[in-house]
Amino acid sequence: MAKVKHESDWYPLESGESVLDALLRQGVSIPNACRAGACQSCLMRAVAGTVPEAAQVGLKDTLRAQGYFLACACRPPEGTQLEVTGAEALRIPARIQALSLLSTSVLRVRLVTDSPLAYHAGQYISLVREDGLARSYSLASLPHEDALELHVRLQPGGAMSGWLAHDAQPGDRLQVQGPAGSCFYVPGRPEQPLLLAGTGTGLAPLYGIVRDALAAGHTGPIWLFHGARTPEGLYLTSELRALAEQHPQFLYRPGVLEGGSRDVAEGALDVLIRAECPKPLGWRAWLCGDGPLVLSLRKKLFLAGLSLKDLHTDAFLPSVPSGQRTSDAGAR
Amino acid sequence: MSVTAEKSVYEQLGGEPAMAAAVEVFYRKVLADDHISHFFEDVDMERQAAKQKAFLTMVTGGPVHYSGKDMRAGHAPLVKRGLNDSHFDAVAGHLKATLEELGVAAPLVAKVMTIAESARADVLGR
Repeated sequence: MAKVKHESDWYPLESGESVLDALLRQGVSIPNACRAGACQSCLMRAVAGTVPEAAQVGLKDTLRAQGYFLACACRPPEGTQLEVTGAEALRIPARIQALSLLSTSVLRVRLVTDSPLAYHAGQYISLVREDGLARSYSLASLPHEDALELHVRLQPGGAMSGWLAHDAQPGDRLQVQGPAGSCFYVPGRPEQPLLLAGTGTGLAPLYGIVRDALAAGHTGPIWLFHGARTPEGLYLTSELRALAEQHPQFLYRPGVLEGGSRDVAEGALDVLIRAECPKPLGWRAWLCGDGPLVLSLRKKLFLAGLSLKDLHTDAFLPSVPSGQRTSDAGAR
Repeated sequence: MSVTAEKSVYEQLGGEPAMAAAVEVFYRKVLADDHISHFFEDVDMERQAAKQKAFLTMVTGGPVHYSGKDMRAGHAPLVKRGLNDSHFDAVAGHLKATLEELGVAAPLVAKVMTIAESARADVLGR
């Protein structure tokens, strides 16, 4: 049997159980959201004992070296004894600066951190409420801007989104942990065509990446495809059209499955992309949003000739509400 | 006969950079082939590409060595899912086409295909 020490108590792990599941099962409150090793909300630190390699996949070297690991991906072998602490030391206090609706289903949250957060536009952070509730959201802002910007999709019954939409007020305090993720623009090859595509609040990281690339002086074409089921699911359309007028190399293409119009194409996202970008050989691409759609688009673009090293994806995973395993679809 | 050891196909092709270029060509072919693509579907495409690069390195005589036991264990779950000679032949065909597309000389292609063929029994768990 493996066991884990948290604060002053030892907790036994069932065979094959993750540290996160074992602690939650035994009544210890640990921030968590996706429970699939992606969002990094359940980051913890091993102060004694060794964690399996799989528990540190995707973490920065500096975090690994300090013993940080993901509790949801940590399934220690029989006989392991681990002593763990939370990742409080990595969290930065922040306050809500502004809350405003971008559409009927997307809330813009602006946050100001007490100390600067170093990040790349398009990475994501975990938002941790005072009671430990955590959800991860992509950053739509640029690092030099005075606030962090998140686009929060309002989920029916969503714990964090419901609180932000109905109860939270400007001035309320939260904590921010991160950033994480490798879905961002790296300066270089300014003439290379760029393809950005996403659905729903997958626009958040893409909105950051587009503006980051433009600010870095990217001169090649920058295509942005934003898909939604209906026109109501699109947002920031006037801002993006204005941006396209200012920068002729930026091409904004909103698309919907139903209810298209003169300005909004109708059809599946991959079909719209193929129609306008039939040969993306040698391009760089970023795909964000709904998990299955992102994975299917990545495969199609790879088959169309994009190299894997030029394909950056951020597939949003549903958060798993505590105590149940039903899907609460799309934390970010 | 030369005293120095004969260079492997892997070295003659240009080593690791050549494998990195070949793997994307090869991976596209297997993913686009409906007869075998389901054996290669993976949420983590980088991991899948890394496996295929190791495979290409092995069959070109590069610094990757799988024992027959490794090959059996690694493919056992696929055999359970119905992996058979027709799938092996299809993969071998894509391997050959990849090498030819990259301009590898016919005698070297033949050498690689011989190494690949030698793994058939282990891959299919016979």
